[in-house]
Amino acid sequence: MIRPALKKLFIELALPALLFALLYAMSASSTNFYFPPLSTVLQKFSAIWLGPRFFSDVIPSLERLLAGYLLACIAGVALGLPIGLSRGLRRAAEPVLEFFRAIPPVAVIPLLIMVMGFGDAMKVTVIAAGAIWPILLNTVEGVKAVDPVLDETCRTYQIRGLARLRHFILPSASPQIIVGMRLGLSIGIVLMVISEMFAALDGLGSAIIYFQRSYEIPEMWSGVLMLGLFGFALSMVFRGFERWALAWYHGMRHMEKKN
Amino acid sequence: MASDAMPSGQGLGMQAQPRGASLRKDASALLRWLSGAAGIVLLALAWELAPRLGWLQPQFFPPLSAVLARLGDLAATLEFWGFVLSTTRTWLLGLTIATLAGIAAGLAIGLTPGARTYTHSTIEFLRPIPSVALIPGVILLFGSRYQSGVVLITYAAFWQVLLQMLYGLADIDSVARDTARSFRFSRFGYVRHVAWPTLLPFLFTGVRLAAAMALVLAVTAEMVIGSQGIGRGIVVAQASNATVEAYAYVLVAGVMGVAINLAARALERRILRWHPSVRTAGGER
Repeated sequence: MIRPALKKLFIELALPALLFALLYAMSASSTNFYFPPLSTVLQKFSAIWLGPRFFSDVIPSLERLLAGYLLACIAGVALGLPIGLSRGLRRAAEPVLEFFRAIPPVAVIPLLIMVMGFGDAMKVTVIAAGAIWPILLNTVEGVKAVDPVLDETCRTYQIRGLARLRHFILPSASPQIIVGMRLGLSIGIVLMVISEMFAALDGLGSAIIYFQRSYEIPEMWSGVLMLGLFGFALSMVFRGFERWALAWYHGMRHMEKKN
Repeated sequence: MASDAMPSGQGLGMQAQPRGASLRKDASALLRWLSGAAGIVLLALAWELAPRLGWLQPQFFPPLSAVLARLGDLAATLEFWGFVLSTTRTWLLGLTIATLAGIAAGLAIGLTPGARTYTHSTIEFLRPIPSVALIPGVILLFGSRYQSGVVLITYAAFWQVLLQMLYGLADIDSVARDTARSFRFSRFGYVRHVAWPTLLPFLFTGVRLAAAMALVLAVTAEMVIGSQGIGRGIVVAQASNATVEAYAYVLVAGVMGVAINLAARALERRILRWHPSVRTAGGER
């Protein structure tokens, strides 16, 4: 009973543990100013990020990210549905959307700073404006690719309007929409950090750039570590959400593969 | 007689069908092209008229004609083309290194028995780490030289390529694999004739995604770290309150992004002409 579980745990942890040990040992005697020993970084990490900085920097970052990201999700799906459903609209909108998606989202930060100043509203807008494109485009793709047989079945049974949206369009597009949401989340994190590096008094990005500018190198690396864990934790949370929301879909795929 | 009638009848049938179909296809392509053009014209009109009619403040949203005029002025300067060239160089260098490294790592993991299971957790941990977390590190290493951007791009794009390689390796037909084994293909022969054709479409998807991401990071590096390029142009214009110029540079960044997407897709269609996913992809449904 326990054997397979232990083996699985070993497989999961073997390489990370090896890499960590290697890094720890190799950096232990480091006298390089820029690359301090890992033990020093870890000490700083627990002193800084497991203390008050967690609430004064990590939480504000998280709030901005969530606000911008949720805005992007809602707007992306709400705009993607009509574009995906109407062929005429889709044809007219596609080149325009391609152009907007191709603009590197960081490039609009200076423009938004000019319009909105340095406040939180600017950062939330930056995050939303960057994360919306993958969500919007994947919603369009997902809605476009609904199963034609189910579509005609709906039509035969006169399922229209909201009921069609709720019971047919949204569920069949949801795997694709969620792919877009996952892409949007990683873009959102990048934009959160960059917008904070440009202009912020608190937040992960501003803390890291502050440490770097004041040459507090171990502190800086501890911030990099925190940011890495932040990204990892959010992707874990998202994977949980995906598993919950698409349980039916993965189950279906599993059954199809078996047959 | 009969032998004469058969081929000619067949020839007629074969000619008649595609002609009607291709005519309809042409008309549909034309319609799609026209509506796309209409969308762009509408956007351009809105961008031009909104500031002129006072719906948006012109000092924040300059009309399109002003931005284009400024862009024309910029395009006559050597500095502008220097910016475009350095951004392109950073992009290309980072993308190339990441692609080669991704292919090498993907093949190594795919061909070593058990490597996939042992590396899984490490990849899943390292991949979501935002590449911007490396910014302070590369500043220390390279300062504001272009190599900073190359490192950021390489890190971010590598995972895209590697992940697609791993998807592709998981997708190799088991019958083809077993057949190759019964025929005692050498390791190289297996990679060349069995793995590579399966991997190629996946690899292209990875490179296409990575190419778009690489441009974002090239511009990011220039903006935050201050190396030469389009991103630097945007920041300098904003800092000196030259709104129109900032818009012009953002427009250039967007055009570069579109060009990269189009080029990647054209290349994909050309090189994967033989692949079913490209061959059967007819018009839009």
